[in-house]
Amino acid sequence: MRVEESDGRSSGGPGSDREMSAGPSLHIQSGGGEAPHGRGEQAATGPGFEQVVRPHLEFLYGLAMRLCGNRTAAEDLMQDALLRAFRAFPALRNRERPRLWLTRVLTSAFHDRLRRPDVETVALEEDLEFDLFDRITEEDPFPYSDRVHLDFLDLFDDARLLEVLQGLHPNLRAALILAYVYGFTAREIGEIMGRPLGTILAWLHRARKSLERELWEYAMSRRLLTSQAEAGV
Amino acid sequence: MINCKEAVARLWAYLDRHLERVQERELEEHLGLCRHCCGELEFARQIRERLKGSGAADPVPDEARARFDTLLGGLEKAR
Repeated sequence: MRVEESDGRSSGGPGSDREMSAGPSLHIQSGGGEAPHGRGEQAATGPGFEQVVRPHLEFLYGLAMRLCGNRTAAEDLMQDALLRAFRAFPALRNRERPRLWLTRVLTSAFHDRLRRPDVETVALEEDLEFDLFDRITEEDPFPYSDRVHLDFLDLFDDARLLEVLQGLHPNLRAALILAYVYGFTAREIGEIMGRPLGTILAWLHRARKSLERELWEYAMSRRLLTSQAEAGV
Repeated sequence: MINCKEAVARLWAYLDRHLERVQERELEEHLGLCRHCCGELEFARQIRERLKGSGAADPVPDEARARFDTLLGGLEKAR
């Protein structure tokens, strides 16, 4: 899918270095002079903006929640993304796969709002050394269980998992969520995040290792495991 | 034959079908002989299932939906 100047990358964020702490208030005309003609006009042969966007609102909101970790930031991100999408819509030629386009717009808005530099493409050795499977085996936090690894994962309901994901660098978090929560291919994620396939594959690898570490550290810091496991830290 | 460290490093890419055929064969050969890495593979599957499961039904709260409806309605009028 080709996206024509449609991800709003240059429109900038709220001017804050804080992670998703505040967003713009509701101003319909906040485009600030971008694309002054034909905003949101319905293409002669296609559906209008609202028709295109509305079926994907729940998906976009879920993605925003996972990226941001809380409702306020997710709603602000959604608003930002919807405004960007509206401004970019007239230039969008291929409207057959709107979910990919909207995902790109929202992910781009997320990236701009964070203003964080990209994570290093090459994973750090310490990231790669940690192995959650082995750590659980060694610490044996559920000594009477014959499914100790599953027991560990069972500690994480959706709310806890959402918190854990916030510990990942935003690039890694976005790539991981897009791939394993929503099932986008690495190639699609490259298109969404505007990075080469090799970079995405490297990020995914590092994201998985970061997730393993974050799961373990979350469990330890929240004392979710037995004291036997804690003694092994 | 590849060692456990190399095998574990390939597991998610294996499940993603991102490996070259040769890499895949090497991994499968290792898995055929290594119970530990079979456990790692199963655990990787379980983590992926957990992530996938977390993406189930995610209704937009009423307040947020009202906010987006207002925004979309306003945009329609602003055209």
